[in-house]
Amino acid sequence: MSTPALGAANEAGQESILVINLRKFRRDRFAVVSAVTVVIFILMAVFAPLVTPHDPYDTDLLRRLQPPVWREGGEWSYPLGCDALGRDLLSRIIYGARISIFIGVAVVLLATVVGTLAGLAAGFLGGIVDAVISRIVDTLLGFPYLIFAIGLMGMMGPGLENIILALVYKEWTISCRVIRGETLAARELEYVEAARAVGASKAHIMTREILPNVLSPLIVVATTRMATIIILEASLSFLGLGVQPPLASWGSMVSDGRAFLLEAWWVSTFPGIAIFLLVVSINVASQGLRDAFDPRLR
Amino acid sequence: MRLGFVVERLLQLVPVLLGVSLVVFLMITLTPGDPVEIMLGNERATPEQAESLRREMGLDLPPHERFVKFVRNALTGNFGRSFFHRRPVAEVIAERLPATMELTIVSMLIALALSIPLGVLAAVKRGSILDRIATVASLIGVSMPGFWLGIMLILLFAVHLGWMPVSGRVDFSHEVPRITGMILLDSLIQGRVDTFLDALHHIIMPAVTLGLAMAALLMRVTRASMIEVLQQDYILFAEAKGLGRARLLMRHALKNALIPTVTVAALETGYLLGGNTIVETVFGWPGLARVIVEGIFSRDYPLVQAGVLVIAVIYVSVNFLADVLYTLLNPRVKL
Amino acid sequence: MTASAAPVEPLLSIRDLEAHFQTQVGLVKAVDGVDIDIFPGECAGVVGESGSGKSVTFLSVLGLVRPPGWIAGGSIRFDGRELTALTRRELRRVRGKEIAMTFQDALTSLNPALTVGSQILEVLREHTPADGARPAEAQALEMLSLVGIPEPAIRMRQYPHEFSGGMRQRIMIAIALACRPKLLIADEPTSALDVTIQAQVLDLLMALRHRLGMTVVLITHDLGLVAEYCTRVIVMYAGQVVEQGPTRSVIDDPAHPYTRGLIGSIPRLSRLGEKIRPIEGQVPELVRLADECRFRARCPVAEARCGARIPMSDLGGGREARCVRPGGRR
Repeated sequence: MSTPALGAANEAGQESILVINLRKFRRDRFAVVSAVTVVIFILMAVFAPLVTPHDPYDTDLLRRLQPPVWREGGEWSYPLGCDALGRDLLSRIIYGARISIFIGVAVVLLATVVGTLAGLAAGFLGGIVDAVISRIVDTLLGFPYLIFAIGLMGMMGPGLENIILALVYKEWTISCRVIRGETLAARELEYVEAARAVGASKAHIMTREILPNVLSPLIVVATTRMATIIILEASLSFLGLGVQPPLASWGSMVSDGRAFLLEAWWVSTFPGIAIFLLVVSINVASQGLRDAFDPRLR
Repeated sequence: MRLGFVVERLLQLVPVLLGVSLVVFLMITLTPGDPVEIMLGNERATPEQAESLRREMGLDLPPHERFVKFVRNALTGNFGRSFFHRRPVAEVIAERLPATMELTIVSMLIALALSIPLGVLAAVKRGSILDRIATVASLIGVSMPGFWLGIMLILLFAVHLGWMPVSGRVDFSHEVPRITGMILLDSLIQGRVDTFLDALHHIIMPAVTLGLAMAALLMRVTRASMIEVLQQDYILFAEAKGLGRARLLMRHALKNALIPTVTVAALETGYLLGGNTIVETVFGWPGLARVIVEGIFSRDYPLVQAGVLVIAVIYVSVNFLADVLYTLLNPRVKL
Repeated sequence: MTASAAPVEPLLSIRDLEAHFQTQVGLVKAVDGVDIDIFPGECAGVVGESGSGKSVTFLSVLGLVRPPGWIAGGSIRFDGRELTALTRRELRRVRGKEIAMTFQDALTSLNPALTVGSQILEVLREHTPADGARPAEAQALEMLSLVGIPEPAIRMRQYPHEFSGGMRQRIMIAIALACRPKLLIADEPTSALDVTIQAQVLDLLMALRHRLGMTVVLITHDLGLVAEYCTRVIVMYAGQVVEQGPTRSVIDDPAHPYTRGLIGSIPRLSRLGEKIRPIEGQVPELVRLADECRFRARCPVAEARCGARIPMSDLGGGREARCVRPGGRR
């Protein structure tokens, strides 16, 4: 079909891609609101000891299953009520943000570093290196994520470091595949060929020529994965295979409340809402990032 | 030609399955501590008993021989004895697997039934209120933790409204002789409509809990691919032929637009299989995934090992089947 | 067909057609005040570069302008009916049955997931539902052999990718002509084909035109094809018709500088020894157009008078041009 020739003016030629992308991102109102929500969660997690009204581990059996403030028997100093041991739910939820966000960031960071190195190696070196790495990735892809993590947690035992390890063992395959694909594509590009022609070393080409160009898809993938990791961690904790009591994790808090669903619905409900809010915000914000950073995906 | 393709893909399956077995094998082998001691636990066992258990489990062999033995046993369905259930692991798996399969299949059907019409509508009415609602709904769907959704459904529909059973697969009064182990199927085969309806009643909430995130994901995929297909020249040409809207969408657009949906659905079967651990726990569903979780707490390593392996093999097989079917059914792929 | 004194009722009559597109840079008037008549039995050629609005004009005839585009005004009369006033259902009965259209690339225009047979059968069944399945099958077979597909009964069961490019184009023509339409709009029917196949397909099209008594509109960017196959030519530029008339006289004595440029850029048409010159510059952006001749910026003979809205002037002999001094005359 004949589309009218539209010579779009390219005034922005001087600015860096990042600045343009960030400006595009800022125009997406939902994404900005979500990003702000994520930041609030992060601040909450970082300054948890300062913003919580109570010690999250402080039990008070007189306040056992105390309802939230708007229900009879609730009071302002315990706005969301208390759990079965009389611990303040709001404080526990704020401390739970620490666990979720810490694990989310740690897993994604570690997995991205490992996956990027492996992906670069596989895509750029090719041959036997690629074959071995691809085989490992294929094998790990043969496991449903949660089953794999549960199996590993069962073997390693519960605990913060073990959760992170169990998730990283599988998570790295995702960035590895992205980077491998991008690297294979980038290899063929002219500037890489040119660098090779003038005799640049492989290490130089990988780190200086290819890596900067695969950064955008990497950022997009990493933020999206953060949401998935947070849900996975909560699921493991819910099953009792995550961080151990008395540490407050959203997943285990929901699980704790199951026994009192009839008398005290709030114990399970509020931590779940916290997970949902954080995950939705991350998802919307990363969608905004994706739209702004990666025109191919629009 | 076609048979050659299937054989070739089957051969590609071998290293993946071997790799999967190796990983499962390593999971147990690399576990710190002596499995025999862990398994015997508090029970007072004589050194002779410990030694015989060690031999029975093949722990006296060097690692590579142990792996070969493990694979050989797995191929013959010999997974050893479950320590906790006190009978062969294969028996436990055979008993529990159908429940997991049934839940997974129904969830997938729910996901497809929700996502395809919604995705198509959203694409056709792109930018409309309906499209926006669908987009927001799918965002909510993928962001909702399954265990929490399940509990909220129980709270609302079972506890408060009393419309749905809290847990289980079927009421005792409705039990039917086992054929496939999938109650929905068994009751149909035996013409027991009451049992079928009761089982359906029981499976709705768990299946919705499990399938919702999948539905959200598949809706996005369907919407995106439908939008793309609707811009193709063959849709314009079909329209220029004077075809009606329904025919245009159902015959010309949907057939092409569903290819990515089905591909993603197959790839994400793993999500459903993994999610089973959660949903079976929340809804007291007596399936294999829950047995694996329970096995971890009871340190029933042979059972965990076999369960993880079986689920991984199912997942790999589903992907293999989807890949083969896709290639054989898609006229564009030349073999 | 030469324009004669006796007034012949046009089969298709487009008046003041406006088709607009809302884009990020503004409103694009892809078709802006187009008047075109197509007479029964003729083969008219519509030429212009991409972006001239030639395809959009004829997509408008079938009501197939897709969002973000729409028909913003004008009248399209076909065989005594006003097409812009028809309901969607009524318009559907015109599409494929009375007016058919083929597109440039048969590979992308045929549905890859359906057999060729089902794609031709469905148009027959859509427009002649009462006949039942058997006659439709027979008609489809007949149509396929008419366009020169050997062994049509076997080929019916195959998918588009199993055919060569030329064969696919023939199949698209067979589908378009299955219901014996009065008017065929062929949009760049040969641009995607090898030169040798091009002639075969066009010769086939012309043979079918005579055999079925069809009127044909050939949309192309190739003035050479028009010279060879069309009795009348309509030249479009930047959303407007800039010149029209009998092909021979337009090519021998082009009135609009753009037509002259087109002819000069085609080796087959330029006179021996003359240098081939491409037209300098580009089609203007169709956003925020000033009231002036749209070819002004590229025109070698532009002058002050060109800065106003230029009407179509009648040059006699069925010829018209949108230029202040048609043919370089004063």
